[in-house]
Amino acid sequence: MTLDMANVPWQSALMGGILIGLSATVLLAFSGRIAGISGMINGALTFQRSELWRWWFLGGMLLGGLLYEYGVAPSLALEPTPVKALAPVSMILGGVLVGIGTRMGNGCTSGHGVCGLGRLSGRSLAAVITFLSTAMVTVFVIRHGFGG
Amino acid sequence: MQSEQNHHGPAWQEPLIILLAGILFGFGLALSQMINPDRVLGFLDIFGAWDPTLLFVLGGAVGVTIVSFRFILPRSRPLVGTKFYLPRSSDIDLPLIGGAVLFGIGWGIAGYCPGPGWVSVILKTGNPFLFLIAFVLGSFSYKTLVRKTTSDHPDSDRSHPSLSEP
Repeated sequence: MTLDMANVPWQSALMGGILIGLSATVLLAFSGRIAGISGMINGALTFQRSELWRWWFLGGMLLGGLLYEYGVAPSLALEPTPVKALAPVSMILGGVLVGIGTRMGNGCTSGHGVCGLGRLSGRSLAAVITFLSTAMVTVFVIRHGFGG
Repeated sequence: MQSEQNHHGPAWQEPLIILLAGILFGFGLALSQMINPDRVLGFLDIFGAWDPTLLFVLGGAVGVTIVSFRFILPRSRPLVGTKFYLPRSSDIDLPLIGGAVLFGIGWGIAGYCPGPGWVSVILKTGNPFLFLIAFVLGSFSYKTLVRKTTSDHPDSDRSHPSLSEP
């Protein structure tokens, strides 16, 4: 493992993380809901009236992203977020597995990570440890596993 | 003393607060550069040039919720909504671990988890669209399959949307 902290934007990462934590705090304190994005998308797509609130949150997420990328970042002379070349196989294979896995395990990085750990849920801690370590093994196999 | 009616506030209040919470979330993901898959994959690549950015994001977020939730959860009801929607299960069972394994593999392949995948549709790239379409296909085909095979399972109410997060 090599670590080059000069290339790690830890201040903005910490600030962004705090904003995500505040978002989960606002949603739970005012509305009593858990800010888990896999469930947010799944629930929104049922198009039931009781799930309408999820569209407000998902719409807000896009507004927040737009506000940073095309408002705050340019005005602070920050680099635009880099994008990668189109990778259909990785996206489709990865997307299907993330879709099945988060439905089966009832949550993703936000639901189990940000909110579940905040609730001191042992169930969520087990999920977080499992998906983090599995993802690390997967990246290891892809990047270094085949003689690379 | 406020009446129950006043406690709820006007009907537009809750959607507006949820929208604001969404803005905070999306802005936080973009500011912390979790919408850049290379930052995420760099964190997961512990045997390469390790990038700890994600650790600061998760640390900042959980640092807030672990404190704030202590004050929120003992309350009998949320400030505007009618009740808390919390998961009832506390079992560490096979679907939880199996699901987390599949999610972890997919995350490592794509570099996106659902939140960043969603916010990244604002960027000039087709990748998040492909990821999201595949995510929805995977999620809903699993739901359909499980509902068919375990419709009499005692836990089948877990597939209810409002209970679908931890």
